[in-house]
Amino acid sequence: MTIRKLLVANRGEIARRIFRTCRALGISTVAVYAEPDAAAPFVHEADEAVAIDGYLRDEAIVAAAARTGADAIHPGYGFLAESPAFARRCRDAGIVWIGPAAETIEAVGDKVAAKELAARVGVPVLPSEGFPLLVKAAAGGGGRGMRVVRDERELSAAVAAAEREASSSFGDGRVFRERLVEGARHVEVQVLGDAHGHVVHLFGRECSVQRRWQKVIEEAPVVDERLHEAAVALAREIGYVGAGTIEFLLAPDGAFFFLEANARLQVEHPVTEEVTGLDLVSLQIRIAEGEPLDVAPAATGHAIEARLYAEDPALGYLPSTGRIARFEIDGVRVDSGVEVGSVVTSHYDPLLAKLVAHAPTRVEAIRKLAGALRRARVHGVTTNRDQLLAVLTHPAFAAGEIDTTFLDRVQIPRVDARLHAAAAALAAQAARRRGHTLPSGWRNNPSQRQRTAYEGYDVDYRLAREGLELEVNGERIDALLVSCTPGVVELEVDGVRRRFEVSRADGVAWVDSSLGSARLRELPRFREADLLEAEGSLVAPMPGTVVRVDAEPGEEVEAGQTLVVVEAMKMEHVIAAPHAARVAEVRVAAGEQVDGGRVLVVLEEVR
Amino acid sequence: MPVLANRVEPGSETFATNRAAQLEKLAEIDEQLAEARAGGGPRYVERHRARGKLLPRERIELLLDRDAPFLELSPLAAWGTDYRVGASVVTGIGVIEGVECVFVANDPTVRGGSTNPFSARKVGRATDIARENRLPLVNLVESGGADLPTQSEIFIPGGRHFRDLTQLSAAGIPTIALVFGNSTAGGAYVPGMSDYTVMVKERAKVFLGGPPLVKMATGEESTDEELGGAEMHARVSGLADYMAVDEQDCLRLGRQIVRRLNRRKLGPGATEAADEPLYDPAELLGIASADLRVPFDPRDVLARVVDGSRFDEFKPLYGASLVTGWCSIHGFPLGVLANHRGVLFSEESEKAAQFIQLANQIDVPLLYLQNTTGYIVGRDYEQRGIIKDGAKMINAVSNSSVPHLTLNIGASYGAGNYGMCGRAYNPRFLFAWPHAKSAVMGPEQLAGVLSIVARASAETRGEPFDEDADATMRAAVEDQIERESLALFLTARLYDDGIIDPRDTRTVLGIALSAVHSNEVRGMRGWGVFRH
Repeated sequence: MTIRKLLVANRGEIARRIFRTCRALGISTVAVYAEPDAAAPFVHEADEAVAIDGYLRDEAIVAAAARTGADAIHPGYGFLAESPAFARRCRDAGIVWIGPAAETIEAVGDKVAAKELAARVGVPVLPSEGFPLLVKAAAGGGGRGMRVVRDERELSAAVAAAEREASSSFGDGRVFRERLVEGARHVEVQVLGDAHGHVVHLFGRECSVQRRWQKVIEEAPVVDERLHEAAVALAREIGYVGAGTIEFLLAPDGAFFFLEANARLQVEHPVTEEVTGLDLVSLQIRIAEGEPLDVAPAATGHAIEARLYAEDPALGYLPSTGRIARFEIDGVRVDSGVEVGSVVTSHYDPLLAKLVAHAPTRVEAIRKLAGALRRARVHGVTTNRDQLLAVLTHPAFAAGEIDTTFLDRVQIPRVDARLHAAAAALAAQAARRRGHTLPSGWRNNPSQRQRTAYEGYDVDYRLAREGLELEVNGERIDALLVSCTPGVVELEVDGVRRRFEVSRADGVAWVDSSLGSARLRELPRFREADLLEAEGSLVAPMPGTVVRVDAEPGEEVEAGQTLVVVEAMKMEHVIAAPHAARVAEVRVAAGEQVDGGRVLVVLEEVR
Repeated sequence: MPVLANRVEPGSETFATNRAAQLEKLAEIDEQLAEARAGGGPRYVERHRARGKLLPRERIELLLDRDAPFLELSPLAAWGTDYRVGASVVTGIGVIEGVECVFVANDPTVRGGSTNPFSARKVGRATDIARENRLPLVNLVESGGADLPTQSEIFIPGGRHFRDLTQLSAAGIPTIALVFGNSTAGGAYVPGMSDYTVMVKERAKVFLGGPPLVKMATGEESTDEELGGAEMHARVSGLADYMAVDEQDCLRLGRQIVRRLNRRKLGPGATEAADEPLYDPAELLGIASADLRVPFDPRDVLARVVDGSRFDEFKPLYGASLVTGWCSIHGFPLGVLANHRGVLFSEESEKAAQFIQLANQIDVPLLYLQNTTGYIVGRDYEQRGIIKDGAKMINAVSNSSVPHLTLNIGASYGAGNYGMCGRAYNPRFLFAWPHAKSAVMGPEQLAGVLSIVARASAETRGEPFDEDADATMRAAVEDQIERESLALFLTARLYDDGIIDPRDTRTVLGIALSAVHSNEVRGMRGWGVFRH
């Protein structure tokens, strides 16, 4: 059958990625979106979009397909892609499911069963005895429900904890054990199978650079006949139809072991596309349409992908939210779900974009990707860009000496942001002086410099006749101001001229230069002092009689809680707590006459 | 459009001599500016800071919009007198929340910020500027009141200050008092007469009489806070509209007040392209002659000051000792009258009168670039009516109602000072370059005149003329007149609004023109322009 209209049951970059192929093939597109994504690029890019109240609502999605007349559903990657129930629901509704059959998903989704299958076709699997070992969720993924156990004594507690986590994450508390191979690499093989019994591999992908079992950097191709053969054998055994991935562990001694199989498109599929020149989404659609595969896999050059996340590695990968003020990445393939103006919320995965470089050799591909990352201007949210750069420029990474714990050993260089702060202050100055022709900060009797304070950096500057006078944190910096606009500042220090690109949003300046990038929070020029709150004293609004005192010293009160009632001119005035606090003092009693302005209650902050 | 040519040769010896002389003068001025900034000296500054207080210029800086320019006025008032240079007060024009305002900030490190006769004149001048240009007046108050030993010079004329405040208000020019410390006795009327008042908690003290005076007058025991604390004035007397928790908060509130003044400029504002001059303003240092007797071409000055160096000269072939023409500075259209060869003849006088009338007809402000030794003297000129012609010029200057700006770039002697809009002719702003001089006549001429008169008198009486005494007298007079004609001497006495670095000319005039456009820019009407 020919697919004419395809609904993507996913969001963000993968939805855009699939739509792109659909457009190339002439297939109409339908997006489904939850409320926080109402203005997201993928929604705008689809020919039609249907609001749903959550991305995991099988029924609503199938209904959306029916309503729009979509004849196929692509689940992207993630939860729905691995849901046999959803696959079945689509099939039952007469909608083409872009992915392997529900039965296949079921077969590989159970990791214990998958391991048994692998062992059956002669693919090595990890033993479940001996230490150290991993306790894993049978239905798991993404590192959840996973525990490392180094000796017998920890085992029962770890199993119990993993079971709890697996149960709450996947609704299936079954766990299994697997020997932990230290210093191992994570390599996966891309396979494709069609409805006519053809199965091919598209080489391996190196996915060892991970944090908490989340891949961060992936490469292709990994050429290892043993793995290719094992992957194809497994896929054949299952009768695999569609695109899938077989994951292996590569021990330092060269031995390999089957880990698991993923019955879906992987996040990192672009590296395979780049080296093979194939469009995997297009192939998935062809397979779903029942077309035979006519692919003779060949790989050219080397591809490497970096995942740009809105998170701060320095703060334990704390997700960062905000509005994207600038989003410029070029020189490489960019699969992204955001654009300028997009709001990154905490509702979803913090992946902003995948940057994919393809070059004749690995060294060149790494250099190309690092260059693109260095030049990337992503402002508005904190990203892991500096960590990615630290990996790509690490000598061990260049030498290929990586394993799954490599990322933990990479130090992110701390950027000395003094010049960034100076540039941010000067750019802000230029923005304030826009439309004025009189010289900025001009004084005929200069007594001090202009100050802009950022968290950690105090910048004092003066645009004097003789040139820029600059101090950061009280230290003089000899810098020549070559040019200065609200968005770009060029500074020459020690004979080296550098360009600083600046954008400002919500009191934060984002600065990029060849010295790295910096996010600078500006401190307000004036403290907004609320007189009463600063003091904590609540006073009588006018002269009157205290009718009631509802506060006791030491009591913790909530915002809006009545503390004292004063009667004046037959009106009762309620004196309430302006914010949550502790009552430090009560200075009046019921029946007492008070003057206007008299302090009735003193509050203190609850620590 | 006509563009002025570049005829300055920075490599020439004259240029180098002029520049060296100007830089020497500038160094002297800079030294005095540093003195003024030092306030009452390190000891008093330290003590002030130790109390957690800001210096007057620090207060001003926080009140200003970030990166906005600030033109300090009369910074060297009281130079060379018994009082500290600067006269214990800082005044100027700056921008708050986009509104140009006049600032008056007491310097409490100089004798407690007390007002001496020079401070009074300086504040009076700032108030005039606020009134004439309709700029809101912000007082940053912390002053011990009148400097008592000089009360006889301050008390009676000083009353004007409070009248000024309420008259500004009556004229629709907002007045704001930010009280950081003492504001007592007469000083209490600064907040008293202002439209808006902010007082700093536990710092502001505003009362007619302090505890000792109250005790002496009525026997009542009282405290500072009861008599005039911010808390009392904010909650009880109502003299304070806002109570600030500290100085920063006070300045924040000051900005908040200005933001709500709903201020709109009455003038048309900048209407021309405000591109920079084609030539380097740094070259202004080498243009003005170090020797005032050597004339220089004011077009070379204008070429480094006016927008795009564009200057449409008016009547270039007539009365060539005075250059007149149209241009703009920072986009504000402007008519210029500039002395070229020092002397004003009948032709120059008539040309000036006509040009001033033309500017009035088209509502364009005028700039007077002074470099004149005065009107021509001599039998022929008197007989041809130089007095009548000079009178036409002085008449036009006096009755012109477009804003006038005056800049002395060399000499301003004799009635030339009047005709070229000297201080007595109320230009909105008057500035001088560091080497400029002004007096009734040159020191040698004045001493010579005295000598000739004395010699004639001796002759009449038939007495012998004492040549030695005459030489001594001449030297003494020359010395005195030279001293009294110097820019520093004149600026000390508020005869100008400040000595400026020639390189800042465009900026200073730009700020002045912008201030001027806060008021209506409207010429005198009623007669047709007289053709001379």
